[in-house]
Amino acid sequence: NRAGALAAAFACYRRGGPSRGLALRAVSPAGREDIDGVGHKYHLGLVLEDVLDKDSTVNCTAEVLYHLGNKTTAPDVQFTLEGELKNTDEADNIFYNQIRSLEKELVAENIPDSHGNVSPEMEPLHLLAWVASGYVIWQNSTENTQFQLAQIKHVKQVKRRDEYLQFDYKILLHEMVSQEIIPWHMTVVWHPQHGVEVTQNSCQ
Amino acid sequence: MKILLVFTTLVAAAHSVQLFVGDQVLRIVAKDEEQINLLRVLGKQTELQLDFWRHPSSPGHPADLHVPFPSLQAVKLFLESNSISYSIMIEDVQALVDEEKQTMMKARRVERSISTFDFASYHTLDEIYSWMDTLVAHHPSLVSKIQIGQSYENRSLYVLKFSTGGWNRSAIWVDTGIHSREWITQATGVWTANKIAEEYGQDPSVTAILDSMDIFLEIITNPDGFAFTHSSNRMWRKTRSVNAGSTCLGVDPNRNWGAGFGGSGSSSNPCSEIYRGPHAHSEREVKAIVDFICRHGNVKSVISIHSYSQMLLFPYGYKTALAPNHQELNEVAKKAVSDLATVYGTKYTYGSVANTIYMAGGTTIDWAYDHGVKYAFTFELRDTGRYGFLLPSAQIIPTATETWLALLDIMVHVLEHPY
Repeated sequence: NRAGALAAAFACYRRGGPSRGLALRAVSPAGREDIDGVGHKYHLGLVLEDVLDKDSTVNCTAEVLYHLGNKTTAPDVQFTLEGELKNTDEADNIFYNQIRSLEKELVAENIPDSHGNVSPEMEPLHLLAWVASGYVIWQNSTENTQFQLAQIKHVKQVKRRDEYLQFDYKILLHEMVSQEIIPWHMTVVWHPQHGVEVTQNSCQ
Repeated sequence: MKILLVFTTLVAAAHSVQLFVGDQVLRIVAKDEEQINLLRVLGKQTELQLDFWRHPSSPGHPADLHVPFPSLQAVKLFLESNSISYSIMIEDVQALVDEEKQTMMKARRVERSISTFDFASYHTLDEIYSWMDTLVAHHPSLVSKIQIGQSYENRSLYVLKFSTGGWNRSAIWVDTGIHSREWITQATGVWTANKIAEEYGQDPSVTAILDSMDIFLEIITNPDGFAFTHSSNRMWRKTRSVNAGSTCLGVDPNRNWGAGFGGSGSSSNPCSEIYRGPHAHSEREVKAIVDFICRHGNVKSVISIHSYSQMLLFPYGYKTALAPNHQELNEVAKKAVSDLATVYGTKYTYGSVANTIYMAGGTTIDWAYDHGVKYAFTFELRDTGRYGFLLPSAQIIPTATETWLALLDIMVHVLEHPY
């Protein structure tokens, strides 16, 4: 289960954007290998769904290798999507142009709010955080942890001289096993043609 | 024109009134355009303070005119001298207003909170406690409210009892909100309480259950934590007790029970979200339930509701060994999650706590099970992480609705397997 969640988070990071977030719908474990001196490798079948369109799913096979002992190395994740993901160029461009045309840098808090509400204007920022958190989760996961993005506490746009969009996020991650809520900072950079990149991240 | 001048003097002394004592509403039917025009001109006499509730539009169609008491005589004189036919629709407007006010006040006391309580929103502690009283008032022969103790910060711990009589009947215990940040659970508890009350006498299963058993439902099992999630930190999980020698507050009430207490999956660090507490049942919120169930002596099922993960779990959490009736619990869970999925397709996994989610010592259902409660289950409601604890309020009713089917399956099984 944890390996599945990790693989999904990684896939989401690699393939997601403000108009596309992938979530894990189902895992079918296909086997676990214990590699002497290296670590534990899990073979999995996953079904990923588009969070904006629950009926749109894609199958995926993944391998997750948790390294023995060394807690500072992120697990190795390989995945293969079996199928096409919906094209989101149009929505991406609309969002990109909207943000570029803002006079004042965007600032927002508490997404979702206490009641789970996300306003439509904030949805792309929410998705972008979801996707970027996939990176943070991947980098910080072990066999004994399972992270989810719990909330965006604060997000601030940072205008750049180049064509990329940059957002500085303060997020809360929920770790399932310890049940801890962990505040985290991440700087997310995105461009419609260049995907999502987390350029800086640290826990508070 | 002359006629208008006549009654203008008549009502020279007219003054505005706050109340409507003696005011009338006249239903006027003009027979031609000329009469329509006369009515329009009449309405424009501001000193008369007339108010058309329905304006004169065309001949043959009624116009309704509110006439203040001081202007009555003049207006009637005008209508009669112009042969405009009318009848008195409302004899005394104030009387009607008073009557309406009475009805509304009565409705507010009894009806409002039942039929207008918004089950599709998240509510505060006070709103839920207040609603509980309304539920009891609305179903006095079925529902009563018991106080089983007080929280650390001295808030009342209330349990709703659903009973059709008898004495110390076999009972089912349900709790929601033991972890305060799991807001979907308290919201589901409220909806479910209402559902049970509504369905007794309507739904055959609910009726059969309540005809021989009692249901106890504690909706806000951790009121201090719940209040804190509203006032300060939406992500607060534990109780709010002070821990000696630490600046960190609170104990995880689902690690504080005396079954596998201190075992893996719980922490000895007061700052941890899974801090087990200084000893088993150290938390008043937990002790109150322990005492209640022990004194009752006839509780046959304990169902503890959490979120999130979409799972239906049963003992054990403190050990990987299977419970003696594992097979039976597994079958019950299988059917329950299957029925739950029929509503919206929501997929749940199921199994023992240790094998499905993680090892956890000191949990509610392990304690209940080790104290003879054969049918002990924990729900982890929606979702699987997309919104997590911040589940949108739009999902409250769908979640409660699908969960209801699973709850009913468990309760029916308990009814049909007395021990």
